[in-house]
Amino acid sequence: MNDPVVAKRPAGSGDPGAVRGVAAAPTASEAPIPPTPAAPETTKAPHVRPGDRIFRGLATGSGVFIVVLIGAIGLFLILQAIPSLGLDQINFLTSREWNTTDPANLRFGILDLLLVTVIVSILALLIAMPIALGIALFLTQYAPRNLARPFAYVVDLLAAVPSIVFGLWGLFVLGPVLFPFSEWLIENLGWIPLFAKGNVNVQLGGTIFTAGIVVAVMILPIITAVSREVFDRTPRMHIEGAIALGATKWEVVRTTVLPFGKAGYVSASMLGLGRALGETIAVMIILSTTSASFGWSLFDGGATFASKIALAAPEFNDTRSAGAYIAAGLVLFVLTFVVNAIARSIVAGHKEYE
Amino acid sequence: MSTNLADPTRLATPPTFQAVSLSRRIKNGFATTLVWGAFLIAIIPLVWVLYTVIQRGFPVILDGDWWQKSLSGLLARQQGGGAYHAIYGTLVQGLVCGIISVPIGIMIAIYLVEYGGRSKLAKATTFMVDILTGVPSIVAALFVYTVWITYAGMGRSAFAVSIALVLLMVPVVVRTTEEMLKIVPDELREASYALGIPKWKTIVKIVIPTALSGILTGIMLALARVMGETAPVLVLAAYAPFINYNLFSGPMASLPLMMVNERNNPTQAGFERLWGAAITLVLIITLFNLLATVISRVLAPKTK
Amino acid sequence: MKIQRHGAVLGLVAASALLLGACGSDNNTGAGGNNTPAASDVACGGKTKLNAEGSSAQKNAIDAFVQAYKAACPSADLAYNPSGSGAGVKNFNAGQVDFGGSDSALKAGAEVEAATKRCQGNPAWNLPLVFGPVAIGYKVSGVDSLVLDAKTTAAIFSGAVKKWNDPAIKALNGSANLPDKDIAVIYRSDESGTTDNFQKYLTTAGGWTKGDGKQFKGGVGEGKEKSAGVAQAVGSIDGAITYVEWSFAQDNKLSIAKIDSGAGAVELNAESAGKAIDGAKVKGEGNDLVLDLNSIYGTKTAGAYPLLLATYEIVCSKGYDADTAKAVKAFLTVAATTGQAQLADAGYVPLPKAFQEKLLTAVKAIA
Repeated sequence: MNDPVVAKRPAGSGDPGAVRGVAAAPTASEAPIPPTPAAPETTKAPHVRPGDRIFRGLATGSGVFIVVLIGAIGLFLILQAIPSLGLDQINFLTSREWNTTDPANLRFGILDLLLVTVIVSILALLIAMPIALGIALFLTQYAPRNLARPFAYVVDLLAAVPSIVFGLWGLFVLGPVLFPFSEWLIENLGWIPLFAKGNVNVQLGGTIFTAGIVVAVMILPIITAVSREVFDRTPRMHIEGAIALGATKWEVVRTTVLPFGKAGYVSASMLGLGRALGETIAVMIILSTTSASFGWSLFDGGATFASKIALAAPEFNDTRSAGAYIAAGLVLFVLTFVVNAIARSIVAGHKEYE
Repeated sequence: MSTNLADPTRLATPPTFQAVSLSRRIKNGFATTLVWGAFLIAIIPLVWVLYTVIQRGFPVILDGDWWQKSLSGLLARQQGGGAYHAIYGTLVQGLVCGIISVPIGIMIAIYLVEYGGRSKLAKATTFMVDILTGVPSIVAALFVYTVWITYAGMGRSAFAVSIALVLLMVPVVVRTTEEMLKIVPDELREASYALGIPKWKTIVKIVIPTALSGILTGIMLALARVMGETAPVLVLAAYAPFINYNLFSGPMASLPLMMVNERNNPTQAGFERLWGAAITLVLIITLFNLLATVISRVLAPKTK
Repeated sequence: MKIQRHGAVLGLVAASALLLGACGSDNNTGAGGNNTPAASDVACGGKTKLNAEGSSAQKNAIDAFVQAYKAACPSADLAYNPSGSGAGVKNFNAGQVDFGGSDSALKAGAEVEAATKRCQGNPAWNLPLVFGPVAIGYKVSGVDSLVLDAKTTAAIFSGAVKKWNDPAIKALNGSANLPDKDIAVIYRSDESGTTDNFQKYLTTAGGWTKGDGKQFKGGVGEGKEKSAGVAQAVGSIDGAITYVEWSFAQDNKLSIAKIDSGAGAVELNAESAGKAIDGAKVKGEGNDLVLDLNSIYGTKTAGAYPLLLATYEIVCSKGYDADTAKAVKAFLTVAATTGQAQLADAGYVPLPKAFQEKLLTAVKAIA
């Protein structure tokens, strides 16, 4: 909303102040020189001060740096992936096989990786979204003021727990606890393909189900943090207006807070989805791999892009087979990018009509 | 709960002061329960994870040796030793990463907010920062491995890890700084220009100090996140059970790396070290989070 | 309550920061325990901190060697990064580490060429220093003793045999009370030399046709990450079977199958594994001790346990700088002599005498 203002000003106000003397030039980078506008050495009107020029150069340079950096990453991924893709004996996008043992006969396709990655992430998102909405509403609208702050801190703490800890927790602690529940689902809802008996042992807990729940816990704080901020910005007037009309607490939330924060909440969820897609170590520890292909059940095993790469990374010693994994990484890269771009466009679209 | 079109018509009833109808009260109570429920559900895993870590790790870190000694010279099944080497590695790698990414990140944000405007470069930069946000840590690690180690011929080292962490930290710093700089009221800038202060000095002395608390909070949170990253250390640093103070050469342990190593140690000693390292890491990250909170309280701008 | 907890955390963190302020120490001699007295014939000196990297299968052995090495040469140390054989070879060839540990010898072609280049034009040697038996670990309630032969094992791990009371298993275990239960095959989901060697063994001895390599090709079961994950998984469900390094099977209290190679069931122990090593043939030239694995896997010797993982140290025959050469030689000498004492405890097999001498000759020839 203040974007255009910020955008315009720098262009029009290259040197809003007076021109400074040349004497300052050698020590331009030193800040503590008091502003001495007393040197009215007016040469030409749009003279940029050396300090400004250097600072601007630094800032612009950093911008250029990051553009070049990402270009390099993309280039590196593509350069490493292309030769292997050329050697691939089967269709990269539609095949489920993954066999890179013999570099002379590479057979790899990402269909299963893609499906498992997406299913784990979506499951995580479906679990995390409503809960995050609840927490965000709780912290901004429902919780007593003096409790909201420490509670918010506790939720933020969840974001700080390293992913390997979540992985071990999921494997050792959550997996066994979920077992009876999973079994119950399979027994009673098994006729739905999503809850059918999968291709791994439920008792071990190495299922998409377990992984999805753990990833949900991991993205919860991200979604919550952003949504909370958006809900907090709901104009006071709207809320008070609704209260004045005799609305109950829930009606206030439904008529003012939710419509206002909807876009922010959706975009926060997209950010969470992006994080879920790239989650590596926790998924690698929890999810059992399997030779059978993915059968659309939550109780299947499998591998995501990130976990597949991490499982093989220590044994990268042939550039051709490493290239296969890098090609998979490239797809993940594109996938996360698309998700982030969607999130961004939702926010941008929202800003315009605000 | 989702579509409820009955209410607007009901609001049009005669404007006498009426008791809230039963259905509205039920809905309200239901929503309140849901919201509280969501919060309680979210608290369960957190407390559970923390409980697991504390229950398994706490006895280990009570030993003074844990904070002062390394695992040098110990066999996998021999108990004793400590995590000093890994704690040192985690802190140093995180700090070096911070030293590199904070200036870069802040400068990029300054460029985007103060200089870039709607130029093509600014758009490209925003776009790239977005991509960088989405780069999974393992991809960043592979990139650094190829560029720094294969092409540039440098050794695996803690510094290489720091570079990979920079890739992950910069976008976070840029994003938070950008948001904070945008919040700084334009009146402050204009007042400064009106006094003849050059633009760069306005940024350094007026804009940044105003936004400082938010920026620092963001940096601390980014650091906390980065120090828990496992994938880059896995690929880029060799594990060493002894203390290595040298950032640029030789293997250096870090807490995530120590956990990966000890995870593959099936003995009781391995179990203790694994969860000891876990709780140590959580403590360090908590410390950084607390620092962030303290900083944001102490340095909060008085202008509001 | 919340505030109190925060306060406690803060206090703890502050205390730990204080402790960190004091300088750390590498000295663990108090806990190190039973260090064997230093052998006097080790020429200590040279580089004080060696770097090595590679196979995770030999990590615990290297740890034991390092302990002996430090006892023999007090100022010396070595860091071993167990990141995998591939990484070990790669980083050895890139000159990142002083020697590499690998589950397989350098492959002819690109790997050997790169190694030769790394050694300033001298050949690199593969020294099989650590032998780790691979256990076929299982958990079936009521079945404490199980005999398998390579053929049945191959059938189980390729899904041809699905039940514990399959006739093929029954035929080998006459008296055992085998339940009518599905066999749950667990394999390594990460790429691993253990998988590679296991599949090679099955190919040589069991008519396995699925191929070898670091990815499991059996087409059944589910993969868990690393040896720890595999062993833990088998330990937690009834009816599971896997292949895993001996020490992991022991530490997770898995039952270990006996292997029948044609001359009766052989239990896995140091003696039976040592017998298989004794029968190993070397196919490399001179001091390059590349093993002919078929001579181990295909052994018909009575009382020899054939399923062994031989891990190599990949070293330069020449081309180290003087300091490094001296330290590498000292370390390998200790490893092949006094270092062997602790191996049995860590789930490995100590080297048989004849083999030890071959190794020492090679180590002495490093310049």
